[in-house]
Amino acid sequence: MSESTNTIEEFVASDYKYGFVTNIESDTVPPGLSEDTIRFISAKKNEPAWLTEWRLKAFRYWQTLSEPKWPNLTYTQTDYQAISYYSAPKQKKTLNSLDEVDPELRKTFDKLGISLNEQKRLSGVAVDAVVDSVSVATTFKTELAKQGIIFSSFSEAVAHHPELVQKYLGSVVPHTDNFYAALNAAVFTDGSFCYIPKGVRCPMELSTYFRIEAANTGQFERTLIVADEGAYVSYLEGCTAPMRDENQLHAAVVELIAMESAQIKYSTVQNWYPGDKDGKGGIYNFVTKRGLCKGANSKISWTQVETGSAITWKYPSCILLGDNSQGEFYSVALTNNCQQADTGTKMIHIGKNTRSTIISKGISAGRGQNSYRGQVKVMKGATNARNFSQCDSLLLGDKCGAHTFPYIDVQNPTAQVEHEASTSKIGEDQIFYLNQRGIETQDAVNMIVNGFCKEVFRELPMEFAVEAQKLLGVSLDGSVG
Amino acid sequence: MTTTKSKPAADLGAHLAACESFAASTAGHEWLRTLRRNGVTHFTELGFPTTKLEDWIYCNVAPITKLAFKPAASADASVTAKQLSPFAFPDWTGSRLVFVNGHFSPALSSLPAPQKGVTVTNLAAALASGDALLQSHLAHHASVDGSGFSALNTAFIADGAFIALTPNAVAAEPIHLLFVSAPGDAANTAQPRNLIVAGTNSSAKVVEHYVSLGGAAHFTNAVTEIVVGEGANIEHAKFQEENLEAFHIATVQATLARDSRFLSHSISTGARLARHNINLVMTGQGVDCVMNGLYAVGGKQLVDHHTVADHAQPHCGSHEFYHGILSGSSRGVFNGKIFVRKDAQKTDAKQTSRNLLLTDTATVNSKPQLEILADDVKCTHGATVGQLNDEALFYCRTRGIAEVNARRLLTHAFASEIVNRITVEPVREHLEQVLWARLEELIEKK
Repeated sequence: MSESTNTIEEFVASDYKYGFVTNIESDTVPPGLSEDTIRFISAKKNEPAWLTEWRLKAFRYWQTLSEPKWPNLTYTQTDYQAISYYSAPKQKKTLNSLDEVDPELRKTFDKLGISLNEQKRLSGVAVDAVVDSVSVATTFKTELAKQGIIFSSFSEAVAHHPELVQKYLGSVVPHTDNFYAALNAAVFTDGSFCYIPKGVRCPMELSTYFRIEAANTGQFERTLIVADEGAYVSYLEGCTAPMRDENQLHAAVVELIAMESAQIKYSTVQNWYPGDKDGKGGIYNFVTKRGLCKGANSKISWTQVETGSAITWKYPSCILLGDNSQGEFYSVALTNNCQQADTGTKMIHIGKNTRSTIISKGISAGRGQNSYRGQVKVMKGATNARNFSQCDSLLLGDKCGAHTFPYIDVQNPTAQVEHEASTSKIGEDQIFYLNQRGIETQDAVNMIVNGFCKEVFRELPMEFAVEAQKLLGVSLDGSVG
Repeated sequence: MTTTKSKPAADLGAHLAACESFAASTAGHEWLRTLRRNGVTHFTELGFPTTKLEDWIYCNVAPITKLAFKPAASADASVTAKQLSPFAFPDWTGSRLVFVNGHFSPALSSLPAPQKGVTVTNLAAALASGDALLQSHLAHHASVDGSGFSALNTAFIADGAFIALTPNAVAAEPIHLLFVSAPGDAANTAQPRNLIVAGTNSSAKVVEHYVSLGGAAHFTNAVTEIVVGEGANIEHAKFQEENLEAFHIATVQATLARDSRFLSHSISTGARLARHNINLVMTGQGVDCVMNGLYAVGGKQLVDHHTVADHAQPHCGSHEFYHGILSGSSRGVFNGKIFVRKDAQKTDAKQTSRNLLLTDTATVNSKPQLEILADDVKCTHGATVGQLNDEALFYCRTRGIAEVNARRLLTHAFASEIVNRITVEPVREHLEQVLWARLEELIEKK
């Protein structure tokens, strides 16, 4: 270890001679990871000492870990020393209105269909757009502030509400959780922070759009959402990424905390670049998402539509600590061409009368490999815990695969746990029926797939549901015939 | 992470020394010696599995590694026929082969009447007579690199049951293989190796039965290989009722050829730690197989079933039913894997795992696993863990049955569902008696 650390230090030190690479568009740290890189990120973001220390602690722990091998995924391992860990779009100091946003960036947003102005006026959605690690614009802040809701970028939250951040950061996903979570804790650059005070029902859907912009920059986002007693919030996360040839790493961490009677609904549509037909390029998506139902009667609901990324490694989980708390997981994962997904959930029942529902729909096409990996754990004290899981797989073509790895661990006799899984294909008779009604085969497949996923789409907020249906269609293009 | 070596070779010293002295003292053909050596090599490499390995995550075998390793060299002669009477099936007319500490005891056995095309004997005798089937099948099916235990068993291949059926032969009577652990000193180790080779269109019913006479800890490490020929029909029942200090590790590996039928039962009530690996590989089309299992444990027992239905060819059906009843602070583990290979179209695989927890301290770890690489298949699995159905209980009570009796009734019914799939009546009767007593014990003790 010491030897390799030396090499790292030398490597970093040698680069220091030339100073940091600073081109016009972004402020990028040279590739490589060491304590110095972390100190640099921390200093660049004007972070308090406790946070720098926390990052370093995570980094030291990360160095003792090795990349997990258990997922049902094959990919070339990432060279963590070849990644640049900080990249901030160049921008003016403080932004009071959207007009101050870099026009180049605005254009990219418009291309993606996330015009901030329109978002602001028409859809009533507050958008915290993140381009390569630093938030460039935050809208609706004033309106939210009236209710006492804090919704800001992570760095801002660290600056303005350090006590809240310090209290909750890492309380659900500790830096010791896993390889990627430790890495994220060490090098995370930005993300979103949201706090809903007692008894407040957030009047609008909060949303963040992520984009990976500069080549070779892994994104390490960190999201922290705290819903205090009786609060309610619905949070949307949507992702798009431009074409890239190199594999890009994304290791995000999302932490949700629901106090007594609070409700958090977290919806994701992930459509990052999946690589081309032969599996070249594409995003590596290693995400740790976890929600803690801390108080009684709290509820956390995860909904995800995963159509992008070359590799997806993601297990949004719920720790049902409070009595009568509820956890839900609705997922659609689609793998086409050479995509691989190993995704699922963990429901950990600790409190009494806790309930959880898992609905997972996996669709494999082309040479895609789709795995559901889930755990339902009922601890000793979880009297009358109830779980229902359903994992359905749909296979399109004979070169793809569907895998199911459900773990059911029960330690309480009053628990009722049910698990169902099925695998099927689209019947020729179904296609024939739609054909004779004048619907082309590709449209027929899309229609059937959408029907297959209906239970999950129903859980998505309106605009997202429409987008998700379109996405499935686009992702399945060319999978028939 | 899963490929890390389980245990440094230094800790295997006692076992390896035993392997060596066994190899030195035992004669045999060159091929057999090579086979054993191969077992030793793999065992040295693999060692004993640790809970770091995905397949052994809930099954901690550390107590076995700490147990003195004393492979029995021959059958204990002190065992009498009278001691075995509780393990006889009622009204049994078939043959019975008795193995004491893994070695055949002719005195206690009753071989079947000679029948054309049906060979029922012990492995040592078959090896001595040089049966050609042995060289072509022994250790060709159960891989030595699967786990340290099967490698260890291979290193000690000496005795066990050997059943061979020529094409079209139908064994007239079911065959009872009784594996007895002799009473007396603790920690004796039995490593029976069984081989069943069924020719084309042949048929037989075999019962593997594991019992212990004393109450001391002992270790059984069994491997059974079954080769089912085209169109053959084999029923294999395994019943493990060893004492509550025993360690039982067993592998059943079956290779199923075209249009064959295979019925596997595994009933496990005994042993402190019981691990059953049941692997079925369908190497031809049109195979129909059933895996049927029941475990009823209490106290500090751990029972672990790992089953694999490997659909390597199209048009095969596999049906799996596993029920568990857990009391005390026992742990039941079920890992059922359905593997549908790339071209195995039209596969019809079903799997059900149901568990009944009787106490607050019992644990279930169930993992019904599907790996599907073909698209035109029908695969379903279902797993439940819970209590007795409230409505069924209520129904019984409306009919005037007290709640405690209603519970008893429903628990027995839950077990009977599995036992009733066994087609050999005397075995079913014996099981019903033993299970009834065992379930009463589990219900009472909770």
